[in-house]
Amino acid sequence: MNWSEMQPLLTQGTIDTLYMVLWSTVVSVAGGLPLGILLVLTDKGGLLQNVAVNKVVGVIVNIGRSLPFIILLIALIPFTTLVVGTFIGPSAMIVPLAIGAIPFFARLVETAIREVDHGLVEAVQAMGGGVPTVVFKVLLPQSLPSLISGITTTVIVLVGYSAMAGAVGGEGLGSKAVTYGYQRFETDFMLVTVVILVALVTLVQLIGDGVIRLLARRGRTAS
Amino acid sequence: MITTTGLTKVYPSRGREVTALDGVDLHVREGEVYGVIGQSGAGKSSLIRCVNLLERPTAGTVTVDGQDLTALAGRGRRAGKELRQARSRIGMVFQHFNLLSSRTVQDNVELPLEILGVSGQERSRKALELLDLVGLADKARAYPAQLSGGQKQRVGIARALAGDPKVLLSDEATSALDPETTRSILQLLRDLNRQLGLTVLLITHEMDVVKTICDSAALMKKGRIVESGTVSELLATPGSELAQELFPVGGQASGPGRTVIDVTFHGEAATQPVISQLSRTYNIDISILGAAMDTVAGKQIGRMRIELPGRYEENVVPVGFLREQGLQVEVVDGPANVPAQTAAALVKEGAK
Repeated sequence: MNWSEMQPLLTQGTIDTLYMVLWSTVVSVAGGLPLGILLVLTDKGGLLQNVAVNKVVGVIVNIGRSLPFIILLIALIPFTTLVVGTFIGPSAMIVPLAIGAIPFFARLVETAIREVDHGLVEAVQAMGGGVPTVVFKVLLPQSLPSLISGITTTVIVLVGYSAMAGAVGGEGLGSKAVTYGYQRFETDFMLVTVVILVALVTLVQLIGDGVIRLLARRGRTAS
Repeated sequence: MITTTGLTKVYPSRGREVTALDGVDLHVREGEVYGVIGQSGAGKSSLIRCVNLLERPTAGTVTVDGQDLTALAGRGRRAGKELRQARSRIGMVFQHFNLLSSRTVQDNVELPLEILGVSGQERSRKALELLDLVGLADKARAYPAQLSGGQKQRVGIARALAGDPKVLLSDEATSALDPETTRSILQLLRDLNRQLGLTVLLITHEMDVVKTICDSAALMKKGRIVESGTVSELLATPGSELAQELFPVGGQASGPGRTVIDVTFHGEAATQPVISQLSRTYNIDISILGAAMDTVAGKQIGRMRIELPGRYEENVVPVGFLREQGLQVEVVDGPANVPAQTAAALVKEGAK
Protein backbone atom coordinates (compact mmCIF):
# COMPACT_ATOMS: atom_id res chain seq x y z
CA MET A 1 0.00 0.00 0.00
CA ASN A 2 1.58 3.28 -0.99
CA TRP A 3 1.01 6.73 0.36
CA SER A 4 -1.48 7.84 -2.33
CA GLU A 5 -3.63 4.81 -1.45
CA MET A 6 -3.38 5.43 2.30
CA GLN A 7 -3.91 9.17 2.24
CA PRO A 8 -7.70 9.34 1.47
CA LEU A 9 -8.40 6.51 3.96
CA LEU A 10 -6.44 8.29 6.68
CA THR A 11 -8.06 11.65 5.96
CA GLN A 12 -11.54 10.17 6.13
CA GLY A 13 -10.64 8.19 9.26
CA THR A 14 -9.28 11.26 11.02
CA ILE A 15 -12.33 13.35 10.10
CA ASP A 16 -14.66 10.62 11.41
CA THR A 17 -12.67 10.23 14.61
CA LEU A 18 -12.69 13.98 15.26
CA TYR A 19 -16.42 14.09 14.55
CA MET A 20 -17.19 11.27 16.99
CA VAL A 21 -14.88 12.60 19.69
CA LEU A 22 -16.11 16.17 19.39
CA TRP A 23 -19.80 15.39 19.65
CA SER A 24 -19.48 12.72 22.28
CA THR A 25 -17.39 15.17 24.35
CA VAL A 26 -20.11 17.80 24.06
CA VAL A 27 -22.76 15.30 25.17
CA SER A 28 -20.56 13.90 27.94
CA VAL A 29 -19.90 17.33 29.39
CA ALA A 30 -23.56 18.30 29.13
CA GLY A 31 -24.53 15.10 30.95
CA GLY A 32 -21.58 14.62 33.31
CA LEU A 33 -21.37 18.16 34.63
CA PRO A 34 -24.88 18.27 36.18
CA LEU A 35 -24.44 14.72 37.50
CA GLY A 36 -21.13 15.58 39.14
CA ILE A 37 -22.61 18.71 40.71
CA LEU A 38 -25.61 16.70 41.89
CA LEU A 39 -23.30 14.13 43.51
CA VAL A 40 -21.60 16.85 45.55
CA LEU A 41 -24.74 18.79 46.48
CA THR A 42 -26.77 15.77 47.58
CA ASP A 43 -23.94 14.21 49.55
CA LYS A 44 -24.04 14.12 53.34
CA GLY A 45 -23.43 17.64 54.61
CA GLY A 46 -24.04 19.04 51.12
CA LEU A 47 -26.25 22.00 50.33
CA LEU A 48 -29.07 19.77 49.05
CA GLN A 49 -28.34 16.75 51.22
CA ASN A 50 -30.47 13.87 49.97
CA VAL A 51 -29.18 10.42 50.76
CA ALA A 52 -31.61 8.61 48.43
CA VAL A 53 -30.78 10.67 45.34
CA ASN A 54 -27.08 10.54 46.14
CA LYS A 55 -27.10 6.74 46.46
CA VAL A 56 -29.09 6.21 43.24
CA VAL A 57 -26.90 8.55 41.18
CA GLY A 58 -23.79 7.07 42.76
CA VAL A 59 -24.83 3.51 41.87
CA ILE A 60 -25.70 4.45 38.27
CA VAL A 61 -22.35 6.19 37.85
CA ASN A 62 -20.51 3.22 39.31
CA ILE A 63 -22.27 0.74 37.04
CA GLY A 64 -21.45 2.92 34.04
CA ARG A 65 -17.82 3.08 35.07
CA SER A 66 -17.35 -0.59 35.86
CA LEU A 67 -18.61 -1.92 32.51
CA PRO A 68 -15.78 -2.45 30.02
CA PHE A 69 -16.46 -0.13 27.09
CA ILE A 70 -16.49 -2.85 24.48
CA ILE A 71 -19.29 -4.64 26.40
CA LEU A 72 -21.24 -1.40 26.84
CA LEU A 73 -20.88 -0.76 23.12
CA ILE A 74 -22.52 -4.07 22.23
CA ALA A 75 -25.09 -3.94 25.01
CA LEU A 76 -26.22 -0.52 23.82
CA ILE A 77 -26.84 -1.59 20.19
CA PRO A 78 -30.66 -1.75 20.60
CA PHE A 79 -30.71 1.62 22.35
CA THR A 80 -28.45 3.20 19.74
CA THR A 81 -30.68 1.87 16.97
CA LEU A 82 -33.67 3.35 18.75
CA VAL A 83 -32.08 6.78 19.06
CA VAL A 84 -30.21 7.14 15.76
CA GLY A 85 -32.00 4.57 13.57
CA THR A 86 -28.82 2.56 12.99
CA PHE A 87 -25.93 1.27 15.07
CA ILE A 88 -23.31 1.67 12.36
CA GLY A 89 -21.41 4.78 11.38
CA PRO A 90 -19.88 7.74 13.20
CA SER A 91 -23.18 9.37 14.21
CA ALA A 92 -24.47 6.16 15.79
CA MET A 93 -21.21 5.77 17.72
CA ILE A 94 -21.75 9.07 19.54
CA VAL A 95 -24.44 7.39 21.66
CA PRO A 96 -22.33 4.65 23.29
CA LEU A 97 -19.28 6.93 23.44
CA ALA A 98 -21.19 9.59 25.36
CA ILE A 99 -22.90 7.08 27.64
CA GLY A 100 -19.54 5.50 28.38
CA ALA A 101 -17.90 8.85 29.16
CA ILE A 102 -20.68 10.56 31.15
CA PRO A 103 -20.09 8.60 34.40
CA PHE A 104 -16.34 8.98 33.96
CA PHE A 105 -16.60 12.74 33.53
CA ALA A 106 -19.18 13.01 36.34
CA ARG A 107 -16.64 11.55 38.82
CA LEU A 108 -13.97 13.97 37.60
CA VAL A 109 -16.41 16.87 38.09
CA GLU A 110 -17.25 15.61 41.56
CA THR A 111 -13.57 15.47 42.54
CA ALA A 112 -12.90 18.93 41.08
CA ILE A 113 -15.82 20.53 42.90
CA ARG A 114 -14.99 18.88 46.21
CA GLU A 115 -11.63 20.64 46.10
CA VAL A 116 -13.30 24.06 46.35
CA ASP A 117 -12.71 25.52 49.82
CA HIS A 118 -15.88 25.24 51.89
CA GLY A 119 -15.14 28.66 53.36
CA LEU A 120 -16.00 30.23 50.00
CA VAL A 121 -19.39 28.54 50.01
CA GLU A 122 -19.93 29.78 53.55
CA ALA A 123 -18.94 33.33 52.55
CA VAL A 124 -21.49 33.40 49.72
CA GLN A 125 -24.17 31.95 51.98
CA ALA A 126 -23.41 34.66 54.51
CA MET A 127 -24.01 37.24 51.74
CA GLY A 128 -27.46 35.78 51.21
CA GLY A 129 -26.62 33.64 48.17
CA GLY A 130 -28.74 30.58 47.46
CA VAL A 131 -27.78 27.26 45.89
CA PRO A 132 -27.73 28.52 42.25
CA THR A 133 -25.42 31.39 43.27
CA VAL A 134 -23.13 28.96 45.07
CA VAL A 135 -22.98 26.67 42.02
CA PHE A 136 -22.55 29.29 39.30
CA LYS A 137 -20.52 31.94 41.11
CA VAL A 138 -18.37 29.79 43.36
CA LEU A 139 -18.18 26.07 42.61
CA LEU A 140 -17.88 26.22 38.82
CA PRO A 141 -15.59 29.27 38.43
CA GLN A 142 -13.34 28.16 41.28
CA SER A 143 -12.95 24.63 39.94
CA LEU A 144 -12.57 25.71 36.30
CA PRO A 145 -8.90 24.70 35.97
CA SER A 146 -9.67 21.21 37.36
CA LEU A 147 -12.74 20.97 35.15
CA ILE A 148 -10.69 21.84 32.04
CA SER A 149 -8.18 19.22 33.04
CA GLY A 150 -11.06 16.75 33.45
CA ILE A 151 -12.38 17.57 29.98
CA THR A 152 -8.89 17.02 28.54
CA THR A 153 -8.69 13.60 30.17
CA THR A 154 -12.20 12.75 28.95
CA VAL A 155 -11.37 13.72 25.34
CA ILE A 156 -8.30 11.49 25.45
CA VAL A 157 -10.33 8.59 26.84
CA LEU A 158 -12.89 9.18 24.08
CA VAL A 159 -10.17 9.02 21.40
CA GLY A 160 -9.33 5.58 22.78
CA TYR A 161 -12.98 4.51 23.00
CA SER A 162 -13.63 5.73 19.45
CA ALA A 163 -10.91 3.40 18.16
CA MET A 164 -12.66 0.53 19.95
CA ALA A 165 -15.96 1.64 18.48
CA GLY A 166 -14.37 1.22 15.09
CA ALA A 167 -14.14 -2.53 15.68
CA VAL A 168 -17.90 -2.84 16.18
CA GLY A 169 -19.20 -0.71 13.36
CA GLY A 170 -18.09 2.82 13.79
CA GLU A 171 -15.86 4.58 11.35
CA GLY A 172 -12.72 6.52 12.13
CA LEU A 173 -9.06 5.72 12.53
CA GLY A 174 -9.75 2.69 14.71
CA SER A 175 -11.93 1.07 12.11
CA LYS A 176 -9.39 1.80 9.36
CA ALA A 177 -6.58 0.37 11.47
CA VAL A 178 -8.55 -2.84 12.08
CA THR A 179 -9.63 -3.26 8.46
CA TYR A 180 -6.34 -2.42 6.76
CA GLY A 181 -3.65 -2.71 9.38
CA TYR A 182 -4.89 -5.85 11.14
CA GLN A 183 -7.02 -7.82 8.71
CA ARG A 184 -4.88 -7.06 5.61
CA PHE A 185 -1.52 -7.10 7.40
CA GLU A 186 -0.61 -3.59 6.19
CA THR A 187 1.92 -2.86 8.92
CA ASP A 188 2.85 0.53 7.44
CA PHE A 189 -0.76 1.62 7.53
CA MET A 190 -1.05 0.52 11.15
CA LEU A 191 2.04 2.50 12.08
CA VAL A 192 0.74 5.67 10.43
CA THR A 193 -2.61 5.43 12.28
CA VAL A 194 -0.73 4.98 15.55
CA VAL A 195 1.33 8.09 14.80
CA ILE A 196 -1.82 10.10 13.99
CA LEU A 197 -3.53 8.95 17.20
CA VAL A 198 -0.49 9.81 19.29
CA ALA A 199 -0.31 13.25 17.64
CA LEU A 200 -4.02 13.77 18.25
CA VAL A 201 -3.79 12.90 21.95
CA THR A 202 -0.68 15.04 22.39
CA LEU A 203 -2.41 17.97 20.72
CA VAL A 204 -5.45 17.65 22.98
CA GLN A 205 -3.24 17.51 26.07
CA LEU A 206 -1.25 20.55 24.94
CA ILE A 207 -4.42 22.56 24.31
CA GLY A 208 -5.83 21.59 27.73
CA ASP A 209 -2.59 22.44 29.53
CA GLY A 210 -2.40 25.72 27.62
CA VAL A 211 -5.87 26.79 28.70
CA ILE A 212 -5.12 25.90 32.34
CA ARG A 213 -1.89 27.88 32.20
CA LEU A 214 -3.76 30.83 30.75
CA LEU A 215 -6.19 30.74 33.67
CA ALA A 216 -3.34 30.42 36.16
CA ARG A 217 -1.62 33.47 34.70
CA ARG A 218 -4.69 35.49 35.56
CA GLY A 219 -4.07 34.61 39.19
CA ARG A 220 -6.86 32.12 39.47
CA THR A 221 -5.19 28.96 40.68
CA ALA A 222 -2.95 30.43 43.36
CA SER A 223 -4.63 30.52 46.75
CA MET B 1 -28.89 44.99 68.07
CA ILE B 2 -28.01 41.33 68.39
CA THR B 3 -29.71 39.27 71.05
CA THR B 4 -29.52 35.56 71.56
CA THR B 5 -31.55 33.78 74.18
CA GLY B 6 -30.90 30.26 75.33
CA LEU B 7 -28.90 29.53 72.21
CA THR B 8 -27.99 25.85 72.15
CA LYS B 9 -26.20 23.84 69.53
CA VAL B 10 -25.69 20.11 69.78
CA TYR B 11 -23.73 18.16 67.17
CA PRO B 12 -24.05 14.45 66.75
CA SER B 13 -20.59 12.96 66.72
CA ARG B 14 -19.96 9.23 66.33
CA GLY B 15 -23.10 8.26 68.16
CA ARG B 16 -22.47 10.71 70.99
CA GLU B 17 -23.71 14.25 71.25
CA VAL B 18 -21.36 17.18 71.58
CA THR B 19 -22.75 20.37 73.03
CA ALA B 20 -21.04 23.32 71.35
CA LEU B 21 -23.37 25.97 72.75
CA ASP B 22 -25.13 25.52 76.03
CA GLY B 23 -27.82 28.15 76.58
CA VAL B 24 -25.97 31.28 75.45
CA ASP B 25 -27.61 34.62 76.22
CA LEU B 26 -25.82 37.42 74.44
CA HIS B 27 -26.80 41.03 74.13
CA VAL B 28 -24.92 43.34 71.79
CA ARG B 29 -25.98 46.99 71.90
CA GLU B 30 -26.30 49.09 68.78
CA GLY B 31 -23.06 50.77 67.73
CA GLU B 32 -20.73 48.87 70.03
CA VAL B 33 -17.82 46.57 69.37
CA TYR B 34 -18.45 43.36 71.26
CA GLY B 35 -15.76 40.75 71.65
CA VAL B 36 -16.30 37.12 72.53
CA ILE B 37 -13.10 35.53 73.69
CA GLY B 38 -12.33 31.94 74.47
CA GLN B 39 -9.99 29.11 73.67
CA SER B 40 -10.44 26.87 70.65
CA GLY B 41 -13.32 24.52 71.23
CA ALA B 42 -15.09 26.94 73.57
CA GLY B 43 -17.91 27.36 71.05
CA LYS B 44 -17.12 30.87 69.73
CA SER B 45 -17.17 29.76 66.14
CA SER B 46 -20.52 27.99 66.54
CA LEU B 47 -21.88 31.08 68.25
CA ILE B 48 -21.01 33.50 65.46
CA ARG B 49 -22.28 31.07 62.82
CA CYS B 50 -25.55 30.72 64.67
CA VAL B 51 -26.02 34.49 64.62
CA ASN B 52 -26.56 34.54 60.85
CA LEU B 53 -27.85 31.01 60.91
CA LEU B 54 -25.06 29.52 58.82
CA GLU B 55 -25.52 26.92 61.50
CA ARG B 56 -28.99 26.12 62.75
CA PRO B 57 -29.20 26.33 66.51
CA THR B 58 -30.71 23.27 68.18
CA ALA B 59 -32.68 25.55 70.49
CA GLY B 60 -32.97 29.21 71.38
CA THR B 61 -33.55 32.36 69.36
CA VAL B 62 -31.44 34.89 67.52
CA THR B 63 -32.69 38.43 66.97
CA VAL B 64 -30.74 40.85 64.80
CA ASP B 65 -31.95 44.43 64.39
CA GLY B 66 -35.36 43.52 65.76
CA GLN B 67 -35.83 40.60 63.39
CA ASP B 68 -36.16 37.09 64.77
CA LEU B 69 -33.91 35.14 62.41
CA THR B 70 -34.66 31.77 63.95
CA ALA B 71 -38.31 32.29 63.01
CA LEU B 72 -37.32 33.00 59.38
CA ALA B 73 -35.20 29.91 59.10
CA GLY B 74 -37.99 27.42 58.68
CA ARG B 75 -37.45 23.73 59.05
CA GLY B 76 -35.56 22.67 55.96
CA ARG B 77 -31.81 22.76 55.57
CA ARG B 78 -32.04 25.29 52.78
CA ALA B 79 -32.19 28.95 53.66
CA GLY B 80 -35.42 30.49 52.50
CA LYS B 81 -35.68 33.78 50.65
CA GLU B 82 -36.40 35.82 53.77
CA LEU B 83 -33.45 34.42 55.67
CA ARG B 84 -31.19 35.08 52.68
CA GLN B 85 -32.40 38.67 52.54
CA ALA B 86 -31.73 39.08 56.25
CA ARG B 87 -28.23 37.63 55.80
CA SER B 88 -27.46 40.12 53.06
CA ARG B 89 -27.83 42.85 55.67
CA ILE B 90 -25.31 41.21 58.01
CA GLY B 91 -21.70 41.50 56.91
CA MET B 92 -19.22 38.79 57.76
CA VAL B 93 -15.44 38.62 57.61
CA PHE B 94 -13.43 35.45 57.98
CA GLN B 95 -10.12 34.33 59.38
CA HIS B 96 -8.98 32.99 56.01
CA PHE B 97 -10.58 35.84 54.06
CA ASN B 98 -12.55 33.49 51.78
CA LEU B 99 -12.05 35.55 48.63
CA LEU B 100 -12.74 33.98 45.25
CA SER B 101 -9.37 33.50 43.57
CA SER B 102 -11.11 33.41 40.18
CA ARG B 103 -12.30 37.02 40.53
CA THR B 104 -10.49 40.32 40.69
CA VAL B 105 -10.60 42.36 43.88
CA GLN B 106 -13.33 44.58 42.46
CA ASP B 107 -15.39 41.58 41.28
CA ASN B 108 -15.09 40.05 44.74
CA VAL B 109 -16.53 43.18 46.29
CA GLU B 110 -19.27 43.22 43.65
CA LEU B 111 -20.36 39.66 44.41
CA PRO B 112 -22.81 40.50 47.23
CA LEU B 113 -24.24 43.23 45.02
CA GLU B 114 -24.75 40.73 42.20
CA ILE B 115 -26.68 38.58 44.64
CA LEU B 116 -28.78 41.60 45.60
CA GLY B 117 -29.48 42.22 41.92
CA VAL B 118 -27.81 45.63 41.71
CA SER B 119 -27.16 46.83 38.12
CA GLY B 120 -23.67 46.65 36.64
CA GLN B 121 -22.85 50.35 36.69
CA GLU B 122 -24.08 50.83 40.24
CA ARG B 123 -22.16 47.74 41.38
CA SER B 124 -18.95 49.04 39.98
CA ARG B 125 -19.45 52.49 41.52
CA LYS B 126 -20.21 51.03 44.93
CA ALA B 127 -17.32 48.56 44.83
CA LEU B 128 -14.80 51.28 43.97
CA GLU B 129 -16.18 53.48 46.72
CA LEU B 130 -15.79 50.66 49.27
CA LEU B 131 -12.28 49.83 48.09
CA ASP B 132 -11.42 53.48 48.54
CA LEU B 133 -12.85 53.33 52.07
CA VAL B 134 -10.57 50.44 53.01
CA GLY B 135 -7.59 52.03 51.28
CA LEU B 136 -7.27 49.68 48.32
CA ALA B 137 -8.58 51.79 45.44
CA ASP B 138 -5.45 51.04 43.40
CA LYS B 139 -5.84 47.26 43.69
CA ALA B 140 -9.28 46.96 42.08
CA ARG B 141 -7.98 45.02 39.09
CA ALA B 142 -5.57 42.78 41.00
CA TYR B 143 -6.36 39.17 41.87
CA PRO B 144 -6.43 38.06 45.52
CA ALA B 145 -3.31 35.92 44.98
CA GLN B 146 -1.36 39.12 44.33
CA LEU B 147 -2.26 40.70 47.69
CA SER B 148 -0.76 40.45 51.17
CA GLY B 149 -2.78 39.00 54.06
CA GLY B 150 -3.73 42.41 55.40
CA GLN B 151 -4.82 43.60 51.97
CA LYS B 152 -6.91 40.45 51.50
CA GLN B 153 -8.68 41.11 54.78
CA ARG B 154 -9.36 44.69 53.68
CA VAL B 155 -11.01 43.32 50.56
CA GLY B 156 -12.96 40.93 52.81
CA ILE B 157 -14.14 43.89 54.88
CA ALA B 158 -15.08 45.94 51.80
CA ARG B 159 -17.06 42.95 50.53
CA ALA B 160 -18.81 42.54 53.87
CA LEU B 161 -19.88 46.20 53.71
CA ALA B 162 -21.30 46.01 50.19
CA GLY B 163 -24.82 45.26 51.35
CA ASP B 164 -24.86 48.32 53.67
CA PRO B 165 -25.07 46.13 56.77
CA LYS B 166 -25.81 47.46 60.23
CA VAL B 167 -24.04 44.54 61.77
CA LEU B 168 -20.62 43.09 61.04
CA LEU B 169 -19.63 39.63 62.24
CA SER B 170 -15.92 39.02 62.47
CA ASP B 171 -14.78 35.42 62.71
CA GLU B 172 -11.18 35.60 63.98
CA ALA B 173 -10.52 38.24 61.31
CA THR B 174 -7.02 38.99 62.53
CA SER B 175 -5.89 35.55 63.69
CA ALA B 176 -4.03 34.80 60.48
CA LEU B 177 -2.23 38.15 60.43
CA ASP B 178 1.01 39.42 61.95
CA PRO B 179 0.83 41.83 64.92
CA GLU B 180 1.34 45.00 62.91
CA THR B 181 -1.23 44.09 60.29
CA THR B 182 -3.58 43.03 63.07
CA ARG B 183 -3.35 46.51 64.54
CA SER B 184 -4.13 48.19 61.22
CA ILE B 185 -7.11 45.91 60.57
CA LEU B 186 -8.45 46.51 64.08
CA GLN B 187 -8.02 50.24 63.55
CA LEU B 188 -10.01 49.96 60.33
CA LEU B 189 -12.80 48.08 62.12
CA ARG B 190 -12.79 50.72 64.84
CA ASP B 191 -13.01 53.52 62.25
CA LEU B 192 -15.87 51.82 60.45
CA ASN B 193 -17.65 51.29 63.74
CA ARG B 194 -17.40 55.03 64.44
CA GLN B 195 -17.97 56.39 60.93
CA LEU B 196 -20.80 54.13 59.89
CA GLY B 197 -22.27 53.39 63.31
CA LEU B 198 -21.62 49.76 62.54
CA THR B 199 -22.28 47.24 65.31
CA VAL B 200 -19.44 44.72 65.40
CA LEU B 201 -19.55 41.27 66.97
CA LEU B 202 -16.17 39.63 66.87
CA ILE B 203 -14.81 36.39 68.14
CA THR B 204 -11.15 35.96 68.91
CA HIS B 205 -8.73 34.05 71.03
CA GLU B 206 -6.44 37.05 71.40
CA MET B 207 -6.92 39.20 74.48
CA ASP B 208 -5.14 42.06 72.68
CA VAL B 209 -7.98 42.32 70.18
CA VAL B 210 -10.52 42.78 72.96
CA LYS B 211 -8.24 45.28 74.67
CA THR B 212 -7.67 47.29 71.50
CA ILE B 213 -11.18 47.78 70.17
CA CYS B 214 -13.90 46.25 72.27
CA ASP B 215 -16.45 48.24 74.24
CA SER B 216 -17.83 45.06 75.75
CA ALA B 217 -16.59 41.54 76.06
CA ALA B 218 -17.71 38.08 77.00
CA LEU B 219 -15.66 35.10 78.06
CA MET B 220 -16.72 31.73 76.71
CA LYS B 221 -15.87 28.37 78.23
CA LYS B 222 -17.26 25.00 77.23
CA GLY B 223 -20.17 26.47 75.31
CA ARG B 224 -21.25 28.88 78.03
CA ILE B 225 -20.69 32.56 78.57
CA VAL B 226 -19.08 32.75 81.99
CA GLU B 227 -18.57 36.53 82.17
CA SER B 228 -19.83 39.43 80.13
CA GLY B 229 -20.26 43.17 80.27
CA THR B 230 -18.65 46.44 79.24
CA VAL B 231 -14.95 46.62 79.84
CA SER B 232 -15.42 48.89 82.87
CA GLU B 233 -18.20 46.70 84.27
CA LEU B 234 -15.86 43.74 84.02
CA LEU B 235 -13.15 45.69 85.79
CA ALA B 236 -15.59 46.53 88.55
CA THR B 237 -16.41 42.87 89.03
CA PRO B 238 -14.21 41.45 91.79
CA GLY B 239 -12.45 38.31 90.76
CA SER B 240 -13.33 38.79 87.12
CA GLU B 241 -11.19 36.52 85.03
CA LEU B 242 -11.52 38.74 81.98
CA ALA B 243 -10.48 41.83 83.92
CA GLN B 244 -7.48 39.94 85.24
CA GLU B 245 -6.59 38.90 81.68
CA LEU B 246 -7.20 42.35 80.22
CA PHE B 247 -5.31 44.17 82.95
CA PRO B 248 -2.93 41.67 84.47
CA VAL B 249 -0.95 42.83 87.48
CA GLY B 250 1.79 40.91 89.21
CA GLY B 251 4.39 41.49 91.86
CA GLN B 252 5.19 40.21 95.31
CA ALA B 253 5.58 42.02 98.63
CA SER B 254 9.17 43.15 99.03
CA GLY B 255 9.38 41.87 102.60
CA PRO B 256 7.39 40.94 105.68
CA GLY B 257 5.26 43.51 107.45
CA ARG B 258 4.00 45.15 104.28
CA THR B 259 0.57 45.46 102.76
CA VAL B 260 -0.03 44.71 99.10
CA ILE B 261 -3.27 45.94 97.57
CA ASP B 262 -4.74 45.95 94.07
CA VAL B 263 -6.44 49.19 93.08
CA THR B 264 -8.87 49.12 90.18
CA PHE B 265 -9.49 52.34 88.27
CA HIS B 266 -12.67 52.68 86.31
CA GLY B 267 -15.40 55.18 85.72
CA GLU B 268 -15.40 58.73 87.15
CA ALA B 269 -13.05 57.98 90.04
CA ALA B 270 -10.12 57.51 87.77
CA THR B 271 -9.75 61.19 86.88
CA GLN B 272 -7.90 62.10 90.11
CA PRO B 273 -4.18 61.57 90.74
CA VAL B 274 -5.05 59.44 93.80
CA ILE B 275 -1.75 57.71 94.37
CA SER B 276 0.19 60.91 94.88
CA GLN B 277 -2.68 62.31 96.97
CA LEU B 278 -2.53 59.24 99.17
CA SER B 279 1.20 59.58 99.56
CA ARG B 280 1.02 63.27 100.51
CA THR B 281 -2.01 63.03 102.78
CA TYR B 282 -0.70 60.22 104.96
CA ASN B 283 2.98 60.80 104.36
CA ILE B 284 3.65 57.23 103.39
CA ASP B 285 5.92 55.76 100.74
CA ILE B 286 4.13 53.81 98.10
CA SER B 287 5.82 51.33 95.78
CA ILE B 288 4.11 50.34 92.56
CA LEU B 289 4.66 46.63 92.06
CA GLY B 290 2.77 46.27 88.84
CA ALA B 291 0.26 48.11 86.74
CA ALA B 292 -1.83 47.68 83.63
CA MET B 293 -3.44 50.95 82.67
CA ASP B 294 -5.02 52.31 79.58
CA THR B 295 -6.55 55.63 78.74
CA VAL B 296 -9.92 55.26 77.10
CA ALA B 297 -11.88 58.39 76.17
CA GLY B 298 -9.71 60.55 78.42
CA LYS B 299 -10.18 58.36 81.48
CA GLN B 300 -7.75 55.99 82.97
CA ILE B 301 -8.91 52.48 83.36
CA GLY B 302 -6.95 49.55 84.58
CA ARG B 303 -5.41 48.09 87.67
CA MET B 304 -2.40 48.77 89.77
CA ARG B 305 -0.74 46.71 92.47
CA ILE B 306 0.83 48.86 95.15
CA GLU B 307 2.69 48.19 98.37
CA LEU B 308 2.26 50.17 101.58
CA PRO B 309 4.62 49.94 104.56
CA GLY B 310 3.25 48.20 107.64
CA ARG B 311 0.75 45.43 108.09
CA TYR B 312 -2.83 45.69 106.96
CA GLU B 313 -4.07 46.69 110.40
CA GLU B 314 -1.83 49.75 110.24
CA ASN B 315 -3.11 50.69 106.80
CA VAL B 316 -6.85 50.69 107.36
CA VAL B 317 -7.03 54.47 107.07
CA PRO B 318 -5.17 54.86 103.74
CA VAL B 319 -7.17 51.96 102.28
CA GLY B 320 -10.33 53.66 103.47
CA PHE B 321 -9.14 56.85 101.73
CA LEU B 322 -8.79 54.99 98.43
CA ARG B 323 -12.27 53.50 98.78
CA GLU B 324 -13.64 56.96 99.54
CA GLN B 325 -12.24 58.11 96.18
CA GLY B 326 -14.51 55.53 94.59
CA LEU B 327 -11.70 53.14 93.75
CA GLN B 328 -12.02 49.46 94.18
CA VAL B 329 -9.42 48.04 96.51
CA GLU B 330 -8.53 44.42 97.02
CA VAL B 331 -5.99 43.25 99.51
CA VAL B 332 -3.56 40.69 98.18
CA ASP B 333 -2.80 38.14 100.85
CA GLY B 334 0.94 38.06 100.95
CA PRO B 335 1.96 34.83 102.70
CA ALA B 336 4.44 36.63 104.93
CA ASN B 337 2.34 39.29 106.60
CA VAL B 338 -1.18 37.94 107.26
CA PRO B 339 -2.24 34.58 108.70
CA ALA B 340 -4.17 32.56 106.19
CA GLN B 341 -7.53 32.80 107.92
CA THR B 342 -7.49 36.57 108.27
CA ALA B 343 -6.27 36.88 104.71
CA ALA B 344 -9.33 35.13 103.36
CA ALA B 345 -11.57 37.34 105.48
CA LEU B 346 -9.75 40.44 104.31
CA VAL B 347 -9.99 39.48 100.67
CA LYS B 348 -13.69 38.96 101.12
CA GLU B 349 -14.01 42.33 102.72
CA GLY B 350 -11.92 43.89 99.98
CA ALA B 351 -14.26 42.37 97.47
CA LYS B 352 -17.30 44.10 98.91
